[in-house]
Amino acid sequence: MIQGALENALAQTNDNLSQTEPDWLQTKDNLPLLEEVVSTYTAETETKAIPAALGETSGFNNNDLLMLTESMPKLAEVPKFSEVTQVAHTMPHEPPMTSWQSLFIESFYFLAAVLFILGLKKMCSPVTARGGILWAGVGMILATLATFLYPTDNLGWIILAIMIGALPSWWFAKRVAMADMPQMIALYNGMGGGAAASIAAVELVKGTTLGLTVQTLAVLGALIGSISFSGSIIAFAKLQGLMKKSVIFSKQQVLNLVLFVITVALGTIIIIQGSEATTVLIISFFAIALLFGVLMTLPIGGADMPVVISLFNALTGLAVSFEGFVLGNAAMIIAGTVVGAAGTLLTQLMAKAMNRPLTNVLFSGFGAKGGQEAAAGDDVEGSLKPIDATDAAIMMAYGEQVIIVPGYGMAVAQAQHKIWELTKALTDRGVRVKFAIHPVAGRMPGHMNVLLAEAGVPYDMIFDLEEINEEFEQTDVALVIGANDVVNPVARTNPDSPIYGMPILNADKSRNVVVIKRGRGTGFSGIENYLFYADNTRLLYGDGQKMAAELLQALKSL
Amino acid sequence: MIEGFAGFTALYIFMLAAFTGYEVISRVPVILHTPLMSGSNFVHGIVLVGAMVALGHADSTLEKSIGFIGVVLATGNAVGGYFVTERMLDMFKSSKREAKSA
Repeated sequence: MIQGALENALAQTNDNLSQTEPDWLQTKDNLPLLEEVVSTYTAETETKAIPAALGETSGFNNNDLLMLTESMPKLAEVPKFSEVTQVAHTMPHEPPMTSWQSLFIESFYFLAAVLFILGLKKMCSPVTARGGILWAGVGMILATLATFLYPTDNLGWIILAIMIGALPSWWFAKRVAMADMPQMIALYNGMGGGAAASIAAVELVKGTTLGLTVQTLAVLGALIGSISFSGSIIAFAKLQGLMKKSVIFSKQQVLNLVLFVITVALGTIIIIQGSEATTVLIISFFAIALLFGVLMTLPIGGADMPVVISLFNALTGLAVSFEGFVLGNAAMIIAGTVVGAAGTLLTQLMAKAMNRPLTNVLFSGFGAKGGQEAAAGDDVEGSLKPIDATDAAIMMAYGEQVIIVPGYGMAVAQAQHKIWELTKALTDRGVRVKFAIHPVAGRMPGHMNVLLAEAGVPYDMIFDLEEINEEFEQTDVALVIGANDVVNPVARTNPDSPIYGMPILNADKSRNVVVIKRGRGTGFSGIENYLFYADNTRLLYGDGQKMAAELLQALKSL
Repeated sequence: MIEGFAGFTALYIFMLAAFTGYEVISRVPVILHTPLMSGSNFVHGIVLVGAMVALGHADSTLEKSIGFIGVVLATGNAVGGYFVTERMLDMFKSSKREAKSA
């Protein structure tokens, strides 16, 4: 009888251990019982008391006892509970499923990863970019469909959540104005960071034993994802105009540092405690990480937002990749890491274009410093000389080449369509028109290109800083609309200026400069622009769109 | 041995993917920076897959609630990211192609 029970137990254990697709949940349930059997018998065998005791009390014959004694060494070979569970927990997210399901899911993830990389590659050229996003989209659909094959009890919730998430994002993404795109990217990026943090939260609250490395990655992903989430929301609010001013108070950096240290400390405790970490501890960790994201982004001015959004984009990618390690999901690891690396490069390019180290963007209140500078050193030579639309139109109409330098002001005024009409009218008169785009013009790199593309300007009329800077000297009129810091010659001349060393468009070197400007105030950074006072500069005061319309009208009546 | 190798395989995937990301982006013209940032923003919407798995095996009410929020957010990232990028890229056309179609 006992022999039968033991043999059964042995057979079952061996079965469980030798299965190629271990039904680990069930194994785990059986294990306490098994361990009890094993430990009781092995412990007592060592004293050799059990066979004798059994023989006395239950009347087993000697044969039975002999069999029992013989089977003891075998039992000792059975792994202990802790050992078995460790094996099971190295793959905690391998839910019970058939091998073809697993094969199907993995191959779809593989395909998705390939499509993502090819899609991003295609997005690097204007000719193929449109196809690139389609490829990536197909990859996303394949990966999502494959994921539905995971056995789950919460299928209804998953579908409901997807519906709730998809409809509003689709609706807003379809309707938002092109000029408002940067904040939409910030918002959607923040949502991705939040999702990565949520994955970590579920795993941590669940208390699955993950092992030190994976637990560390889970906590790191949670920290990065949370910061990216709340930080992006603040970036969105600032660009959307919901939050007008940069919040700067004394000891801000100290407070941020303290908060960061506390977050890291809590995270470390969670890592050390592993599955023992309490829910309260986990919630406090997330709360402080979110708060840190908010406070870190609050003092950063709108002019620096492109860099910050790009940074958060890279961070979200990294968080997704880390949570991919936690879930053992290769598609997440690859896509997340690719985005993390690409985003980091893009952030570097932007920071370089502004000639400001990333640390400077993040840890110094830029606007405040610039304002003091402008107030203190007002040794501007020359005066502001206005011009009216008719004179400006004549200047351009009889020139050979006109370069248009657009900035964020053009986006605000929604002037890009009128500018394109103006461009066409000038081209019809035989004037060569080019667009010069500074890398950080607008709120994001390439923001101006998107706006001009929206208006219908072909991309081969649009030039980068390096491509066009030499040409200003042979240009009759540089028309600056809504740009300020990116054409400020101070960046070349005054070492004390906060923007000194930043590469600028040399609009001041063209024969004439016409600046369309709303008023006499300084630009976004609050730095006085010496270009406006230069001898060859004329100012056309008024709203960008209205002035462009007036220029067009004047041009047509010539 | 095998466990150590598996751990390092993950590290290799990470390293190679990082280089891929860096290389793929390194020759992009400035005019495509915003669409590309938007596109890469869409690509990390793959977090949806993970959020679905997380909600899929959530047990307690707290886990389910967090998982639910995760899936909502991830879907927003993927869907919003796709349509924003698509709209931006739809507008890119060269003057040659325009002349052809005209």
